[in-house]
Amino acid sequence: MMHVFGGLLILVPMEVDPVPWARAQMAFTLAFHIILVPLGVSWAAMTLIANYRAIRHGDRDALRLAQRWSKYMAVTFAVGAVTGTVLSFEFGLLWPQFMGKWGEAFGVPFAFEGLFFFTEAIFISIYIFGWRRLKPWPHFWSGVPIPVAGIFGSASVVAANAWMNSPQGVTLDSTGMIVDVDPVAVIFNDAMPLMAAHMIIAAYLVGGFLIASVYATGMLRGRRDRYHRLGFIIAFTVAAIATPIQMGVGDGLARWVYSNQPVKFSAIEMVPQTSSDVPETLLGHLNSSGEVTGGIPIPGLASWLSDPSTGRSTVVQGLDTVPADQRPTIREVNVVHLAWDIMVGLGTLLFLFTLWYWASWIFRRDMPQSRWFLRCAVVAGFLAVVTLEAGWTVSEVGRQPWIVYNKMKVADAATTNTGVWFTFIVVALLYVGLGITTILVLRGMSRRARREPRFEETDVPYGPRETADRPQVRAG
Amino acid sequence: MSTAAAIILFAAVTFYAIFGGADFGAGFWDLTAGGAKRGERPREIIDHSIGPVWEANHVWLIFIFVVLWTCFPEAYASITLTMFVPLTIAALGIVLRGASFAFRKAVFRTRLQRHFGAIFAVSSVLVPYCFGTIAGGIASGRVPAGGQAGDPVHSWVNPTSIVAGLLAVSVAAYAAAVFLTWDARRLADDAMVAYFRVRAMAAGVVAGVVAFGGLFVVRSDASYLFDGLTSRALPLVVVSSLAGLGALLLLRGQPRRGGRLAAVIAAGALVVAWGVAQWDYLLPESLTVSQGAAPAGTIKAVLVAAVLAGLLIVPAFALLYTLDQKGLLPEESVDEAPDPATGVRRA
Repeated sequence: MMHVFGGLLILVPMEVDPVPWARAQMAFTLAFHIILVPLGVSWAAMTLIANYRAIRHGDRDALRLAQRWSKYMAVTFAVGAVTGTVLSFEFGLLWPQFMGKWGEAFGVPFAFEGLFFFTEAIFISIYIFGWRRLKPWPHFWSGVPIPVAGIFGSASVVAANAWMNSPQGVTLDSTGMIVDVDPVAVIFNDAMPLMAAHMIIAAYLVGGFLIASVYATGMLRGRRDRYHRLGFIIAFTVAAIATPIQMGVGDGLARWVYSNQPVKFSAIEMVPQTSSDVPETLLGHLNSSGEVTGGIPIPGLASWLSDPSTGRSTVVQGLDTVPADQRPTIREVNVVHLAWDIMVGLGTLLFLFTLWYWASWIFRRDMPQSRWFLRCAVVAGFLAVVTLEAGWTVSEVGRQPWIVYNKMKVADAATTNTGVWFTFIVVALLYVGLGITTILVLRGMSRRARREPRFEETDVPYGPRETADRPQVRAG
Repeated sequence: MSTAAAIILFAAVTFYAIFGGADFGAGFWDLTAGGAKRGERPREIIDHSIGPVWEANHVWLIFIFVVLWTCFPEAYASITLTMFVPLTIAALGIVLRGASFAFRKAVFRTRLQRHFGAIFAVSSVLVPYCFGTIAGGIASGRVPAGGQAGDPVHSWVNPTSIVAGLLAVSVAAYAAAVFLTWDARRLADDAMVAYFRVRAMAAGVVAGVVAFGGLFVVRSDASYLFDGLTSRALPLVVVSSLAGLGALLLLRGQPRRGGRLAAVIAAGALVVAWGVAQWDYLLPESLTVSQGAAPAGTIKAVLVAAVLAGLLIVPAFALLYTLDQKGLLPEESVDEAPDPATGVRRA
C-alpha cells in the first residue's frame, strides 16, 4: 500500500513546476511554526514570573497559574517540536541545491540550535516533574533554563536566516564553491544581532498579547476573579514592556536594511526610482508598469526615517538600480509593502493600546476595568499574531529572488521533484488539522482544569510516567 | 577530521536506531494490541514505557540531519533529492505520531484516545520502514554523488531496501518488546511480563530470519555491502547475532537486567555493522567520506557543538532520570492506597 502511495507521489503529478509549490510549502509550514515560537520562548518566562510570585508571597492563585501554564506550554512545545522537525526535513526535500552548496555555512547555527532545543525539552520535563518532587526554590530554578535556552535557540535559528540575508564567513574559489568557512563569522553575521533581537522581543510581545487575550475573554465572560486578573496582568505587562522596545529595535533593523539591502528596502518603501525626499506611502501599490498608484503619501517621511541626520534629502535607492531578474517582482514588491504597512500599522496600534494600560496604572493604580479595554485586549492577541506574520513576510519576500543574498537564487535552489504540489496539499491539510486539534486540546484542558481543580502532572506530553492505573482513578 | 564527523554522524544514527527504534517498536505493539478492552493493559505499559522524554528521539534525528547537511552537504542533497518519497512519508508520519502521542496524553475521552492511538500506532510502523528503505538504498549504492537525483522509485523500492525496511520494523519491535518486558517487571505485572516476553521472542526470531535471509539478498543486490559485511564488519555481525540470542535467553524465567543491554547491543551492532561495511564510502562506490566533507572550519564548529551537548545535556538528563526513578518509588507516594488491580501506588 505504501509503495502504491509512493508511486502516486511520483506518477500523478507530471511536469508541475516545483519552485512555486516548494515556496508555498516552506512559507506555509514556517508561518505555522512561527506562531508556536513565541509560546515556546516567552510562556516559560511568564510561568516563572507567576511561580516566583507564588513562592515569594504565598500566592495560591499565582501557583495555580504557574502549574496550569506549565502544562499548556508542554503541549504547544510538543507541537512546535514536531513542526520544527518537519522544517529540518524540508530544507533537504524542498531546497536540496541550496543545502548542497551552502549547507556547510548555513547549517552551522543549527548545530547549536539543536543543543539549546534539547536543553529546553529536558528542562520542561524536569520542571513539570518537579512540582511534587522538588522543594519550591530548587523547582523554580529548574525552570530558569527553559526561557534562557529558548532565547539562545531562537537566536541560533535567526542567525541562519540572517546569514541568508548577509552571507559572510565563507571563502569561495573561482567556480563559486565554498573552500573555507569561519563558523563564528557565519553565526555572528552583520544581520544577526538586530534580527535576533527583533524576533526574540517579538516572541515576548506576541506571547504576552496572545495569553492576555485568553484571560481577557474569560473576564468578559464574567470570570472576574483574582486568578483571571493575575493571568491577564502578568501576560499583558510582559507584552506592554516588549512593545515599545520592539519599536526601537525594529527601527534600527529597518535602517540596517536601508544600508545593507537597499533593494529590499526599496521594495519595503515601494521606491521605483532612486531619489531623495521620498514619501512614505501608506498602502497603495505598484501598477503593471511599475509606478506607484493609490495610497496616502506622507511627503519626505521615508527619506527622513532612513537617516534623520540628513532628513528629507536622504537618498533612497530605487528598484530600477538592479536588473529585473535581481529584484523582487512587482507582485512581490506589493506583498512586501503591504506586509510592511500591516506590521508597522498594527505595531503602532498595539503600542498605543499599551499606553492605555500604562496610563491606567499610573493614574488609577490599577489595570483598566472597562469592557472596551478587555474587548480590545481580545483582539490584540489576534492582531499581534498578524503583525508577527506580516513582519516575517517582509523579511522573506523582501529577500526575493535571492535565497542567499546576491549569491544564489531561490529558483536555482529548489528541488527538481515535480511532486511537490501534492506534498504541499497533504502538508497543508495535515497542518490545518494539527492547528485545530491543538486549539481543541488546549480548550479541553482548560475546561477540565476549571471542573476539577486538582493538579495532575501526568496528563501532559512532558509529564512524569503514567503510573499505569489511569482508568481506575478516573472512574473514582 | 572528516572521519570524526562521520563517526559522530554514525553514532547518532545508531542511537536513533536503538532509542527511536524502541519508541517506534512500542508503537508497533500498540498497533497489534487488539481492541480497546483487550489492549488496554499493554497500551498502559507502552504509554508508561515511552516515558517523559520521548521528544529526545526527534533530537537524534535532527542531529543526524544537521551533521549531514553541515559536514556532508553534497551527500545530503543527493539523498534528499533521491529519497524524496520515503522521506516525505517519514516526515508526515513523524508529525502524526508526535502530535497524536502528545494529544493522547492530553485528552481523556476513550473514543478520542483511540483515534489518536490508532494514528500513533500506524505511523510508528510506517516511519521505521521508510527509514529502513532509505538506509538500504544508500547502502546498496543507489544514491549518486554530486547533489543529483537517483531513480525516484527504484532507489527505495528494491530488494536491499525492502529487506532493510522489514529489518528496521522487526528490530524496532524486538527492542521495544524487550524493554517493555523489563518495564512490566518493574511494575510487578507478571501477566504483562509474559505477554511482552512472548512478543520479544517472536520479533527476535523474525528479525533474525530477515537478517539472515537478507544476507543472501544483499549478496546478489549489493556486492560492495556484502563484501564489507562478510569481512571488516563480520565481527559486528557476529556480536549482533550473539547478543540477540543472548537477550532472548536472558528473558526466560525472571527477566534479568542483562537482557536489556543485550538487546541494545544486538540492535546497535547491526547498525554499526552497516557503517563499517560501507566504510569509507558515504554513498557507496560514488562518494567517500573525505571527498564529501565540508571545510575544516565547519567540522570544527560541529564538533564543538557535539562536545557542548555532551557537557550540558548529560547532567540535565541524569537529573531528569533521577527524578523519574524517584517518582516511581512506592514509599514516595503516601496519599493513596495501592491500586487493587495493579499494586501500584499513585504519586
